[in-house]
Amino acid sequence: MDSITRLNCRYGDDKEFAGCSIFGMMNLQGKRFSSKDPIRAISNMHERGNGLGGGFAVYGLYPEHADDYAFHIMYLSREAKRKTDKLLNESFEVVYDEEIPTKKANVRDPPKVWRYFVKPNVKKLSTKAADDYVLEKVMRINTETGKAFVFSSGKNMGVFKGVGFPEDVAEFFCLEEYEGYMWVCHGRFPTNTPGWWGGAHPFNILDWTVVHNGELSSYGINRRYLEMYGYKCTMQTDTEVLAYAFDLLMRRQKMPIDIVSQIVAAPFWDEIDGLEPGEARVLKALRQTYGSLLMNGPFSVVVAHHAEMIGLTDRIKLRPLSAGTRGDFLYLSSEESAIRLVSPTLDRSWNPRGGEPVVGRLETSKVVEVMAK
Amino acid sequence: MDNAEELVAEIGRRFLPRVKAKGNAYTVNAADLYYRDLNVLVRALSNNGAEKIEIRNVYGQRYIGTNLDKKIDIEIHGTPGNDLGAFMNGPTMVVYGNAQDCCGNTMNDGLIIIHGHTGDVTGYSMRGGKLFIQDDVGYRVGIHMKEYQDKRPCLIVGGTTGDFLGEYMAGGVMLVLGLNLRQGGKHSARFAGTGMHGGVIYVRGGVSHLGIGAKAADVDGDDMKQIQRLVVEFCYYYGFNPDKIMEEKFTKVIPVSHRPYGKLYAY
Amino acid sequence: MRSYLSPEYIVHRDQERCIRCKVCVNQCTYETHYYDPEDDKIYSRDLNCTNCQRCVVFCPTNAITITKNPNAYKENDNWTQESIIAVKKQAETGGVILTGMGCDKPNFTFWDRLLLNASQVTNPSIDPLREPMEIRTYLGSKPDHLELENREGDVVLVTELAPQLCLETPIMFSAISYGATSLNVHESLAQAATEFGTFFNTGEGGLDPRLYKYGDHTIVQVASGRFGVHPQYLDVGAAIEIKIGQGAKPGIGGHLPGEKVTEDISRTRMIPVGTDALSPAPQHDIYSIEDLWQLIYALKEATSYSKPVSVKIAAVHNSAAIASGMVRAGADIIALDGVRGSTGAAPRVIRDNVGIPIEMAIASVDQRLREEGIRNRASIVAAGGIKSSADIVKAIALGADAVYIATAALVAMGCTVCQNCYTGKCPWGITTTDPWISKRINPKIASKRLVNLLHAWSSEIKEMMGGMGINAIESLCGNRLHLRAVGLTEAECRILGVKMAGD
Repeated sequence: MDSITRLNCRYGDDKEFAGCSIFGMMNLQGKRFSSKDPIRAISNMHERGNGLGGGFAVYGLYPEHADDYAFHIMYLSREAKRKTDKLLNESFEVVYDEEIPTKKANVRDPPKVWRYFVKPNVKKLSTKAADDYVLEKVMRINTETGKAFVFSSGKNMGVFKGVGFPEDVAEFFCLEEYEGYMWVCHGRFPTNTPGWWGGAHPFNILDWTVVHNGELSSYGINRRYLEMYGYKCTMQTDTEVLAYAFDLLMRRQKMPIDIVSQIVAAPFWDEIDGLEPGEARVLKALRQTYGSLLMNGPFSVVVAHHAEMIGLTDRIKLRPLSAGTRGDFLYLSSEESAIRLVSPTLDRSWNPRGGEPVVGRLETSKVVEVMAK
Repeated sequence: MDNAEELVAEIGRRFLPRVKAKGNAYTVNAADLYYRDLNVLVRALSNNGAEKIEIRNVYGQRYIGTNLDKKIDIEIHGTPGNDLGAFMNGPTMVVYGNAQDCCGNTMNDGLIIIHGHTGDVTGYSMRGGKLFIQDDVGYRVGIHMKEYQDKRPCLIVGGTTGDFLGEYMAGGVMLVLGLNLRQGGKHSARFAGTGMHGGVIYVRGGVSHLGIGAKAADVDGDDMKQIQRLVVEFCYYYGFNPDKIMEEKFTKVIPVSHRPYGKLYAY
Repeated sequence: MRSYLSPEYIVHRDQERCIRCKVCVNQCTYETHYYDPEDDKIYSRDLNCTNCQRCVVFCPTNAITITKNPNAYKENDNWTQESIIAVKKQAETGGVILTGMGCDKPNFTFWDRLLLNASQVTNPSIDPLREPMEIRTYLGSKPDHLELENREGDVVLVTELAPQLCLETPIMFSAISYGATSLNVHESLAQAATEFGTFFNTGEGGLDPRLYKYGDHTIVQVASGRFGVHPQYLDVGAAIEIKIGQGAKPGIGGHLPGEKVTEDISRTRMIPVGTDALSPAPQHDIYSIEDLWQLIYALKEATSYSKPVSVKIAAVHNSAAIASGMVRAGADIIALDGVRGSTGAAPRVIRDNVGIPIEMAIASVDQRLREEGIRNRASIVAAGGIKSSADIVKAIALGADAVYIATAALVAMGCTVCQNCYTGKCPWGITTTDPWISKRINPKIASKRLVNLLHAWSSEIKEMMGGMGINAIESLCGNRLHLRAVGLTEAECRILGVKMAGD
């Protein structure tokens, strides 16, 4: 573990902490739209970042390859690509691959970033089994060479991120060419010397993406709990732990978001004690079982996966999060002014309560705000 | 425009296209203007004798009003950024839109009127002046407000608040009207008044959960006089009907003692 | 409930020498001594004695001796005297045990295991009595390079430097709040700083307007309680310091017991007389690094970018990463306060168990900022129990630009580190706001003592520098080659960036 930790953080910090800006925009009808508004919004929150990290996750990105897993992989060396290509060819049928087109922009030391459209080459896998298979291979790629890292591994979506202001990263990856029905963006304020593109947000596993503002004081134990379930924490950021937690609870253990938020932003014991016995029993059991996944410390996150965008803050609301709706659009942002810039009038504009998720769902075309009783 | 040359000398040629003048009133277009430049411009106009400045297309610029100390009128159209009126000392600011976090942070004097809601940490360490918000406010509002003799800050919320209202309050007065609650409804804020050791919070409607050191009490005649005065003043700025508001029951939240943590330590 | 505790100290009075002048009775603020007219003798209530030594010093016939109560529990390196007494006290009160001043436990001081170099043969040492020896220091953000222009034959400076503080000696008076101490103490520190050409820090209690005249030598502090923070306060100071934490109690807020909140304190802090002045644990508008950036620039905006903004943190585990974040957030000065830092009141368990030694913090922060290429952007000031000029030289060699002293300043004024500051009854008149007792500090005399201390230490610093063959403090700052370690492990040497003696 030591060699991996040193590789990603030369100072041997326990973990990276970063101040940030986050933004999410979703069309609840699934209609795809361009990068213009997301980029405008995230760059408006310029003061929350310091130009050492920016990134975007786009859903509905590759409709022509909708059934293939789309891998975005960054390489720091040719050897790493060679090894990774070998692994990919052994484990997958590679339908198509190419270098992601880029152009000159104000970003630092860009690595090479490739995209691959793949299918697992094991026949008759259920969706869950296929996902677990991909998960395992992604963990392998991330730990094997130390110079190859998977930015994203979901179907019909992709993550573009790196070291620069978000608007510069957008320019570098030619994001004006793409459309998606959901965009999740991030601007970062890290303290390590720039260079590590893998450290930027969004963080992704399968089609789960997390952008995160804050620092988890519980990271040490969150990580060790997740490692028991086969997740390898290599990125040295708290965000990684959030993404794995959502994958474990929502995808593998099939819990709905309102339960997951009661685990991750658990209510206080005296609140639980004051509830109806039936409800109190459930919440007590959740906290007893999943106490190690309680995320302590300030956080506001936007978590996305296909058909759902979730905004959530810690239980005592130490980080800002603003929500807004207009027509078919749902907006989530660290600062309301960023939403207003791209949509000066809103049907509804509010600041969600701590620990209570705001969920935009595609199939119901509705925005659900789950209120604690 | 009048005294155009002086204006240019004061603010520099680059800002000229953004400014329209009419006597001592100015309109500024803040679209795509970096906050530092905006604040330098507003201060220069203020030094140049401006009595009123209207700022349009505000999207997230911070610290507006921070470095102003004249009794000037400022109108903001849009969504001002964090720390609106932080350390402010005198101006009157009216916002036609919502404000964000830390509005009125350590404010010393002046008046801020928000036609909308604010985010968290509103009125942190306020020590004077008045801050009125039409709708809801977020968490940790009015923490450590202070007063001394006639310097008494006042914070009025038209809607409801988040948790930790008035934590460590040492002075000043807050009034939470809950105009958007249903009849006889309760505010859902928890831990209100934790560690209060001075000041008072008047609440229209019930309080559901108080923090250590705070207690709810009935309002008396003097309280009602004060509440009446505050409600009338609030309604004046928003065009509401004070009589209707005064019909509901008010409670007050005050410190249990002036030493809520006196027993915590072993001497 | 009956107390199971015995007196900590025993007062011995030589009744032969005692002349019944009753100076001890008057001087003791804890009512330890009392005169019995029937016996014509002065007796003492041992239980009240705090070993502050005021009576010992002022007794005209040296009749008083104070000793530790020889009645001690059985020797036990785990259940020490202190831990047994603490548990019994807590059983009696259910309260958090308070204490004052700095961590007094062994093994946390690394200064004593570092030695300095002297030049011989290959490099001459310099005699500071005869040759110039420069210890002037400028604190603030420095640019990476200077742009100069040639205009009509003159070289003109194009780059504008950020605002700087000029110190005639690399020693400043650290934050001691108005409330923890009295106006007299604040005035003494202000006068001494002004006379010597350095700075004093107001601490988190605000600044009494009577001291505004010393503004050019004042660093005004903005802490979580925002006590006394208003536009004039910000304007008057030469620099503004955002207090995130202090070494004596990292992670928790300031605590001024209600006993010490008098009329004057009430007016300056704007809280009711007699209430506890609690500073919240965090600054409520700083929950993340970008929030610090937001507050730093709020203060710079409020003062038109004319003053350096300092950020003070307690030295803790990830100080290096935090300091890097602070520099990137716009801090001009980083103040690090180590585990030995003093306070007027803190829970003892926090004072003695939370935080790391300042030596490690200076070394790791200095090294980290250099590795990131941002060391120029902020000056580093170190604090936390610095007790001699040798500590200062070593701190500068490790990488600090200057140091803050507080305990030493109080000791110079009379403090004997009895650790009872929180009672508000300091018989030396230092950590009290009682108008009567605080008269015992006369700013004219106390400031002279402080100036003497600064003078003595500055002379010693110059002697040590001369011995190393250096005549300018810039050549000492961060120059670890002038340090060697004795009795440290390899890991400790590595972190300090210092070689073993003989190596």
